[in-house]
Amino acid sequence: MAKVVAVTGNEAVANALRQIDPDVCAAYPITPQTDMMQRFSSFVSDGKVGTEMILVESEHSAMSACIGASAAGGRVVTATCGPGLALMWEMLFVASGLRLPIVMPVVNRSLSAPLNIHGDHSDAMGARDSGWIQLWSENAQEAHDNTIQAFRIAEDMEIRLPVMVCLDGFIISHSIERIEYLEDNEVKNFVGEYKTLNPLLDLEHPVSYGPLILPDYYMEYRRAHAEIMSKVPDVVLDVAKEFEKLSGRKYGLFETYRLDDAEIGIVILNSAAGTSKDVIDEFRDRGIKVGLLKPRLFRPFPYEEIGDSLRHLKALCVLDRADAFGGSYGPLFIDIASSLYSFKKKPVLINKIYGLGGRDYLPEHAELALNELVEIAKTGKVKVIKEYIGVRE
Amino acid sequence: MKLKGWKEITPGATVTEPGSSKNFKTGSWRTLKPKFINENCIQCLYCWLFCPDMAVTVENGKMTGFNFEFCKGCGICALECPGKKGNKAIVMEEEGK
Repeated sequence: MAKVVAVTGNEAVANALRQIDPDVCAAYPITPQTDMMQRFSSFVSDGKVGTEMILVESEHSAMSACIGASAAGGRVVTATCGPGLALMWEMLFVASGLRLPIVMPVVNRSLSAPLNIHGDHSDAMGARDSGWIQLWSENAQEAHDNTIQAFRIAEDMEIRLPVMVCLDGFIISHSIERIEYLEDNEVKNFVGEYKTLNPLLDLEHPVSYGPLILPDYYMEYRRAHAEIMSKVPDVVLDVAKEFEKLSGRKYGLFETYRLDDAEIGIVILNSAAGTSKDVIDEFRDRGIKVGLLKPRLFRPFPYEEIGDSLRHLKALCVLDRADAFGGSYGPLFIDIASSLYSFKKKPVLINKIYGLGGRDYLPEHAELALNELVEIAKTGKVKVIKEYIGVRE
Repeated sequence: MKLKGWKEITPGATVTEPGSSKNFKTGSWRTLKPKFINENCIQCLYCWLFCPDMAVTVENGKMTGFNFEFCKGCGICALECPGKKGNKAIVMEEEGK
């Protein structure tokens, strides 16, 4: 039986971690993740979980400790955000390269300087090619549900890769929403017993982790990693199907909203998708055929499926909450453009950079993008492909 | 040794065969070579203890020489060797001399 509660995103994820009761958690506090790990460490202190909580001196050490614990054969979790994720950078690649199924909620925050602690996707976008799986979440419910599903995806014997669960800093991490919890035993049964693969602590079968791999073998390991990534979408869908049976909530590789018969559309990640859906409803009421696509599995990026869902549109705006300095467009735009590249007939694309450092994304920003798309669909003319919105001149 | 393809390798480069470093000969890395001088040896076995490549051969509890298939010529054995009356039992010489 589901229990309806009013909680913040951080609280919801911390509660999911309590239900999962991982073997080891090594974490370092950083706003806006602090409150999530603080809540979880209370569960440890209060004996609600059997988790070994390791307090470390930095995020680099947090991920290093997680790597050791995971290689030893434990179910391992940590959480971070923004500059903390940046400090983990070196170890992110070690975790994925060693194929360790660590789960890490990332409470999306901007990067300094200028120093800023608010919602922004620059952190996880910077780590998007680190060999981790990334699930993105619109609200507290999705962050909670993605966290539970992340363990199944990471620990699948065919996959064995670490997973980041992304949720927007403050907007989701600190806002109270109505969400549904599952029963403790339902979550425990869904996640199941942890299965090890070549654990260091199996003394009957000694193994070595992290050997030096020279040019004669390095490329084979990278090729194998690419192959595993290609198997991830099927596992994500299988896990989602099973989760739907348990919770009644449906998840896919991405969500589409009024997109099938749409002529224009927007692609946007995380919390801003909710605001956009409201504006789409208003445009639909006026007879304008608009739709939305919100990626959930961002790494590996389901290029074929997303391209197929967007190709019929006349005009499309991709909204990025991060910029790629010196690159041509925002990171989400680049992937969406790639997903459409192979089609002869495809929508005209524009890119808006919004909401950096926690700047509010308002309905008027979605309206601005949609009005521009209506014009582009009519005339086929684009004034400027990429621009910042909600910024003072 | 035939090199494996990407479908045959273990996940995460984990080495699952204990002691398999025996198959990886490192002797060709050497530019300096340890020379054993038996009459200066007090059989303290410091060389055997300190060698990072287990390249010091010991038979019946006595140091007998080096396994040059693995000795990288690092010189740790020569450095640690106390010798007899100030005369080292291991000295490093240039390879090929």
